[in-house]
Amino acid sequence: MSTIQPTRGEIRTGPMLPHETVQKGHHWRTRDDEFDAGKLGMWLFLATELLLFSGLFCGYAVMRLLYPEAFANGSHYLDWRWGGLNTLVLLVSSYTMAAAIRHTQVGDRARAQMALIVTWLCALAFLLVKLFLEYIPKWSEGKRPGVLFDYPYAQHEMEPMWWSLYYASTGIHASHVIIGMGLIGWLIYRNAKGWYGPKNYLAMENIGLYWHIVDLIWIFLFPLLYLIH
Amino acid sequence: MSTIDTHAGHSSHGGHHGSYLTSKGSLWADVANWATTVDHKKIGVMYLVALLTLFFFGGVMALAVRVELLEPTRTVEVAGEMVTTGQRLGVLAPDGVSPNNIYNRAMTLHGAIMTFMFIVPGIPASLGNFFLPLMIGAKDVAFPRLNLASWYVYVFGSLFALASAIVGGIDTGWTLYTPYSTMTDADHWRVVAMTTGVFIMGFASIMTGLNFVVTVHKLRAPGMGWFDMPLFVWAIYATAIIQVLATPVVGITVLMLIFERLFNFGLFDPRIGGDPVLFQHFFWFYSHPVVYIMILPAFGIISETITCHARKKIFGYKAVAFASLGIAAVSFLVWAHHMFTSQGELTAAIFSFLTFLVAVPTAIKVFNWISTLYKGSIVFNTTMHYTLGFLFLFTIGGLTGLPLATLSTDMHLHDSYYVVAHFHYVMFGGTVIAMLAGMHHWWPKMFGKMYNEPAAKLGFWLVFLGFNLTFFIQFIMGAHGMPRRYASYPDEFQTMHIISTFGSWMLLAGFLVHLFTFIHSLIQGKPATANPWGGMTLEWLAESPPDEHNFAKEPIVKHGPYDYDTVVPPNYDPADYPLPEKPYTH
Repeated sequence: MSTIQPTRGEIRTGPMLPHETVQKGHHWRTRDDEFDAGKLGMWLFLATELLLFSGLFCGYAVMRLLYPEAFANGSHYLDWRWGGLNTLVLLVSSYTMAAAIRHTQVGDRARAQMALIVTWLCALAFLLVKLFLEYIPKWSEGKRPGVLFDYPYAQHEMEPMWWSLYYASTGIHASHVIIGMGLIGWLIYRNAKGWYGPKNYLAMENIGLYWHIVDLIWIFLFPLLYLIH
Repeated sequence: MSTIDTHAGHSSHGGHHGSYLTSKGSLWADVANWATTVDHKKIGVMYLVALLTLFFFGGVMALAVRVELLEPTRTVEVAGEMVTTGQRLGVLAPDGVSPNNIYNRAMTLHGAIMTFMFIVPGIPASLGNFFLPLMIGAKDVAFPRLNLASWYVYVFGSLFALASAIVGGIDTGWTLYTPYSTMTDADHWRVVAMTTGVFIMGFASIMTGLNFVVTVHKLRAPGMGWFDMPLFVWAIYATAIIQVLATPVVGITVLMLIFERLFNFGLFDPRIGGDPVLFQHFFWFYSHPVVYIMILPAFGIISETITCHARKKIFGYKAVAFASLGIAAVSFLVWAHHMFTSQGELTAAIFSFLTFLVAVPTAIKVFNWISTLYKGSIVFNTTMHYTLGFLFLFTIGGLTGLPLATLSTDMHLHDSYYVVAHFHYVMFGGTVIAMLAGMHHWWPKMFGKMYNEPAAKLGFWLVFLGFNLTFFIQFIMGAHGMPRRYASYPDEFQTMHIISTFGSWMLLAGFLVHLFTFIHSLIQGKPATANPWGGMTLEWLAESPPDEHNFAKEPIVKHGPYDYDTVVPPNYDPADYPLPEKPYTH
């Protein structure tokens, strides 16, 4: 067993918090088995996430090979500074997510809560930048996917395709961010109720893993869409 | 010899919860209990019921297709007027819909229901759910609530997809090829409904697969190493890996198709620079591995039934186990053999070569099963009938695949009835026949009742002969140039089509016989003992039907799953099912 001792955090008396009385599921031999199984299940799920996006990356690669000028041109429409800001925001949120797990492992529930709230706010900031600084201005200029495309100054006839892939990949990514916000919000609520502690942090760690993959996918999308000319 | 006298519905041990089928008191309490259960056995049974219901609908569609094909469409002169005859499904056509469109819808629904809703979830979700935990000595799957969620997601997705049928059906074929699926205006939202249904059902598949991988890793009973697992577990494990790794790709594919349909994204649309062949690549990158999602669990069942009912250790355990993993690995490298006619020659040659690789592990399995039979004490019950039927039909299915993997012959056979016959021999002759073998093998364990053997054997012969009558002739038709998917055909093919349609009716009769045997067994069947067949694997340690928590106490594995020549089966009473005097020993 781990030898981590709580170094910081509240010293209290009174009734046990939920995380101190959590029992293993009836079909598990030990809580360690249950924990390992939860982690393994999450990693498998992350594999499915990667494969989901790999389809998009594949479509991007094929279309880029077919129409290199349209794609080189397309990335000029995107402002790398907003993309870079969002990359930074997500990296910070990944750090705070990891910090939340660490604080929980050492029993510092208050700091874990702070870290979770910062993570949630970062996710919100990402979406706000995405929506108000990227999607809405572009959409209103007519830079839309497929047949909806209505931008009068297009420089290449295949630009609608570029926008299709842009909206599809960032849109599906953004939907993952929204789901992540829901999950982190749930963590914040449960943490406030005292569900997570040194012996019970599987849900937080798994959602953390999910959050890191959402971050990682953005780290691939950012250069593919914003940086490569 | 230890024998335990246990019967359905009550237990000889104290302190048990009773069988998982024990009523909770009132009907409503039972419905509520089943609807919210996290017990893998109940979920397995719920899956089985849902699957068989959909199998029924898919079967009705197949019968409709065969009825239409009884005669070709002819335009004849009757009393000075030109009349079109032979469009038998035309009576179902609403105003403004052509009779051939009705045929296309029936054909599409048959394919979509049978693949996405029946055969893909099929064995893993029903028999796998029920028996995987039992066979590894676990109390449940790793994530019981996820398991229940998968059932609801599957049912919801199926209803979503079937909604497209109820309002008139789609006619794209189950493969949903673009640009056909994106450009047929009349079916605008129905294609979206069907694809959304497929997308949703993909989640159910991923949930099941993920759950099973973790279960096998983390919940094996003490003493059960990887190579002590029954081969059914190996097969389900390999299947689960494919489910996890392939399904997300079809997820993104159908999502792109939905975007294409709703917003004309253009990725697959040649009018605006897209590539319809890209859709085929995406689609088959999932849908070829999925073929092995369909067949691998069937292989697993055959490994169990052939050993148990031939009283013989499996020949080459590790070879069979690794063959499952080998098939799973190769399955990801062969998708483009569905597209030999739509891609470059070099690509086609490479994929042709890779496709031949699949034959190697598959043949290893077939040879090992046959070697297992050699000098075994074969018991000719219904399960063994189906097992041998599987070997016969699957071998035909497998060998007829080779001319399709060969480029030069495929150019001739591509999109003909030969292909239809080939994949029905593999999917029906393989998977469905093996599923029937598994259902007869495990029926006493699942429901605690025996069934009427002579009636079940009659069912077997009707299904077996009916199947061959329906599909063997299609090899010949296809080789003679009958293309698939058409409602009409030249007159020369009519005799063969009539034979095929008669076969489909015989098949129907066989299934009805099975339905009645099973219902009869549930109502009037003789109670089953814990181990009616003298099986070695752990599920036979549990009672029939199993307790709510499967085992009275956690089993400890002390012998291999197929040690028929050295160990007396647990819970076994020879009075119920006499073994041959001296099981053959090496």
